[in-house]
Amino acid sequence: MNDLHDILKILEKDGRITSSQIADMLQKPLEDVERVIAGAEASGVIRRYKAVVDWEKAGDHRVAAFIDVKVTPTRGVGFDDVAERIYNFREVVSVYLVSGEYDLRVVVEGSTMQEVANFVSQKLATVDRVQSTASHFVLKRYKEDREIFADAPPDHRLAVTP
Amino acid sequence: MTSISKNVQSVSASGIRKFFDIVAEMKDVISLGVGEPDFVTPWRMREACIYSLEQGRTNYTSNWGLLELRQLIAQHLQNLYKVSYTPENEILVTVGVSEALDLALRAIVDPGDEVILFEPCYVSYAPCVTFAGGVPVTVETSAETGFVPSLEAVRKAITPRTKAIMLSYPSNPTGATADRKSLQDIVNLAREADIFIISDEIYDRLTYVGEHVCVSSLEGARERTILLNGFSKAYAMTGWRIGYACAPPEVAESMMKIHQYVALCAPITAQETAIEALSAGEQSVQDMRAEYNMRRRLIVKRFNDCGLSCSEPRGAFYAFPSVKKTGLSSEEFSERLLHSKHVVVVPGNAFGASGEGYVRAAYATSFEKIEEAMQRIGEFVESLPQAVGAL
Ligand SMILES: Cc1ncc(COP(=O)(O)O)c(C=O)c1O
Repeated sequence: MNDLHDILKILEKDGRITSSQIADMLQKPLEDVERVIAGAEASGVIRRYKAVVDWEKAGDHRVAAFIDVKVTPTRGVGFDDVAERIYNFREVVSVYLVSGEYDLRVVVEGSTMQEVANFVSQKLATVDRVQSTASHFVLKRYKEDREIFADAPPDHRLAVTP
Repeated sequence: MTSISKNVQSVSASGIRKFFDIVAEMKDVISLGVGEPDFVTPWRMREACIYSLEQGRTNYTSNWGLLELRQLIAQHLQNLYKVSYTPENEILVTVGVSEALDLALRAIVDPGDEVILFEPCYVSYAPCVTFAGGVPVTVETSAETGFVPSLEAVRKAITPRTKAIMLSYPSNPTGATADRKSLQDIVNLAREADIFIISDEIYDRLTYVGEHVCVSSLEGARERTILLNGFSKAYAMTGWRIGYACAPPEVAESMMKIHQYVALCAPITAQETAIEALSAGEQSVQDMRAEYNMRRRLIVKRFNDCGLSCSEPRGAFYAFPSVKKTGLSSEEFSERLLHSKHVVVVPGNAFGASGEGYVRAAYATSFEKIEEAMQRIGEFVESLPQAVGAL
């Protein structure tokens, strides 16, 4: 694998690691690592750095829902225009084009269930060519971005073994 | 008055245990003393094990182990190293490499036979030779020669009583690997002297530089080699107690004879899990190896940066830096480090006299802990009076 790939894999796991630590882990000159990262940032390969937060634990009880959206197909137009109308709302966390019964899977977040429901009925459902929606409220977050939201099991190993 | 056998009395308890009691009473200890993966067995394998239990697979298996597992082992070795072993009579599933080692020695050693070991080496080799009635003969190795002995040194160690040479690359504790040429030379010596080779390749999949050379694949080696391997390290399955031995039929049969009376068979749950490991565990092995590799480079750099010279370990998950510059012995260094900085390393002399002057630091621990431990080791080295002049 090339340097970019290796560096991205490290950063994807830990966005706060320093370039010099990455350089040591990959046995590469610091300048090379910095150059690759700068390049990836400039070209948009790295979109941004963020933390995976357990909001529940932070005492912030947000409401999230997966909204499946069926879109009326129109000759000559893909789904991009509808997706764009949807993803620009600040309530929308992510939007995916998916295969199956529905066309778009939209993740919406709000501070109350009512707020999310209102957003879906008033904003999402009324977007041109949106035929129907099905909402699934998130009841519990078990794992997100490969992060399991349960306390890590303790290290059971003995402190010294041959 | 009855007493314990002289043979058993002659072996002292493992030096590694000594640190154990001290550590138990300390808080915020970071251990680089653990000789096993920090990963737990990948869920895919644990899940397969649970399923096997649900299916009621709780019986004894054939003494040799489940045929399906032996077939997978044969295929695995064929794919990786182009060596062929017949699942029916050349592959024995054992209770870890630990048992396989014991069986191998007991199958070939007569009282007084000598077995050559390259030190520093894994703590069990010499005691197991003794328990089998043999005499361990050590050939010392050093960092300067990459912990592979010179051919001359090996030749000198061979006597008419020599029965076998024990090989173990990648090595615990040094992380050293051996190249094809060095191994072939040793194989040629073994052929000349007509002795066995026991090759413990438990760290084969954790090779980071160059390719792992399976000793059985070398010219003229297979007929005199007992190949030992297992699941503990590559698949993070230490507690399952499962490994295997591959050897020509006569040797394998003899090992099986002992195994059937002392162990009957390896645990079936572990065998079922090993089947899943070989059928679907390759990506997990690759992921874990990639992770170890990054930690390896980091820890070696940190040791060298703080003045403890550390040659590149090419395999396993151990760094073996020299502490000679501090003026402390391996044990003094380890004990003082533990008391003042709460970091555990294992003194090199636990692995044989030639390990004096080194310590073993396992990097089978998280990146954050390695950084923290190395920070503390750096402070410790700086605090030593000798350090100023020496570094
Ligand atoms: C070189 C070596 N051989 C054998 C073993 C024991 O392996 P197993 O768990 O398969 O008995 C170890 C474990 O630390 C080891 O380092």
